[in-house]
Amino acid sequence: MSGLALDQVSVSLGGHPVLRDVTLAVAAGALLAVVGPNGAGKTSLLRAVAGLAPFTGTIRLGGETLGAGAAAARARRIAYLPQRSELAWALSVRDAVLLGRLPHGDPFSRATPEDGRAVAAALDRLGLAALAGRPVTELSGGERARVMLARALATEAPLLLADEPTTALDPAHQLAVLGLLREIAAEGRTVLAVLHDLTLAARFADTVAVLDQGRLMAAGPPEETLSEALLGTVFGLACTRVLVDGRQVPVPLARR
Amino acid sequence: MTAALALLCILLAGLSLMAGPVWLPPAEVLQGLAGGESTAAIIVTDIRLPRTLLALAIGATLGLAGAALQGLVRNPLAEPTLFGAPAAAAFASALVLAFGGASALSLALPVAGMAGAFVSVALLFLVAGQRAGITVLLLAGLALNAFFGAATALVLNLAPNPFAALEIAFWLLGSLEDRSFVHLALAGPFMALGALLLASQAKAYRALTLGEEVAASLGTDVARSRLAVAAGLALGVGAAVSVTGAIGFVGLVAPHLVRRAAGSDPARILLPSALAGAALLTAADILVRLVPATTEIKTGVVTALVGVPFFLWRILHIRRAEEGA
Repeated sequence: MSGLALDQVSVSLGGHPVLRDVTLAVAAGALLAVVGPNGAGKTSLLRAVAGLAPFTGTIRLGGETLGAGAAAARARRIAYLPQRSELAWALSVRDAVLLGRLPHGDPFSRATPEDGRAVAAALDRLGLAALAGRPVTELSGGERARVMLARALATEAPLLLADEPTTALDPAHQLAVLGLLREIAAEGRTVLAVLHDLTLAARFADTVAVLDQGRLMAAGPPEETLSEALLGTVFGLACTRVLVDGRQVPVPLARR
Repeated sequence: MTAALALLCILLAGLSLMAGPVWLPPAEVLQGLAGGESTAAIIVTDIRLPRTLLALAIGATLGLAGAALQGLVRNPLAEPTLFGAPAAAAFASALVLAFGGASALSLALPVAGMAGAFVSVALLFLVAGQRAGITVLLLAGLALNAFFGAATALVLNLAPNPFAALEIAFWLLGSLEDRSFVHLALAGPFMALGALLLASQAKAYRALTLGEEVAASLGTDVARSRLAVAAGLALGVGAAVSVTGAIGFVGLVAPHLVRRAAGSDPARILLPSALAGAALLTAADILVRLVPATTEIKTGVVTALVGVPFFLWRILHIRRAEEGA
């Protein structure tokens, strides 16, 4: 199948298992929300897929097994947006986004029309076109977060891994970014996003994967998966449900 | 900016050929370069030309090394001494001066210096490991730097006679006096190779702007870049230090002088930074010849004296930019 398939994937950090035997498939064109309490292994899952953490088991993307090596080919197929993005130098917004084109060649000295188009499209999608010439260091936290997402989008990889892409954003931009991730998925790409907001995850994701203590507790369509019982056992939360866009989404009420 | 800096280097090189105890007008310099047996020709080709070329090459190496290292570790405070290579080169050279019976102009010095730099880089990777993070690498580099600094002091301390100690002390200050084409021929290829290695990682410096993890996800082999930079540093800076003695400050300052004009791009900064380093060292080396003093003032002393005012002026600009933001 196209899309992403994990089979019995385990990750250890310093001898401690942080992800255990996760088997999971996401179709191309789907947005998968990865949810779970702090320390559940969400980031480790993303890092394993990105090739940044050694793992056991198999990960296939578009039917091909992802192995060690071939870093350049992998970089063109997988874009990774970490939880806390750093940017060491005061690059302009446009140059920061252009960094996302590095896997495709040498966009700074020999930019192809393709590079220019991808960067312009990414800037446009995140509403950054007007800021393109500004140094990233002069932007607000939310604007910087959008620049970093634009950087990951500019790679135009078939798989996008985003670790808490909405954390630094105000509610309006959270909605905009999740809408954008769904749009990207609808174009036939696969998107994995770690999200803490269960309401937003249920509202926007095609599939939800719930991790707890390194184990996959449940995966499937959000309405069925994020059941009251599961939210109670995994998150220790009592929830109510509200209807949004024709979907039942959970709203946390209190600790249980 | 690159063109302006290149022009500045050419002008300074011309000035460097003219300046000295005997002041030569441009016409005589050109005649001298063309050849001949006149006194002016001998002064220009045998004394001032190698000195000028070495100042340009060594300044460029130091400026490039500073920019490359700052790109690798993503920190504007990084400079070549952080990896311990210059201190090790200085130590090995001092050792040869003290106990090897070599004079400050002997060729045993550059050879020992480069060997020292390589030993320090090998030690660095032995201690820090091939896949070490930047923090571990910098800590190990700082430790080695301190160790070789102390070892140099020990050599001075144990020097067989006061003359040897004085010679080492003066050599450590850094000078381009009386260096010949032989020095250039010996150190030049190593500096060129080092520069190639440092420049070859330009793309990695850009990717590393986003941190090591994202750089790796963009297809950068971070471990290989680190190795290339360390080897480039050992070759280039080791060779430079072993010819001139310790020339501080150029590697730290040169990148800062040009960073803003290069749009803060850690790859685009490499060439301007090398040119700024070349200009800085050549200017300092001209200055030491113009200051009237009984003993020639050492170039290494003047680089900081010339560089710091520039640096402070740049810091004022950075401060204003920060306060304005």
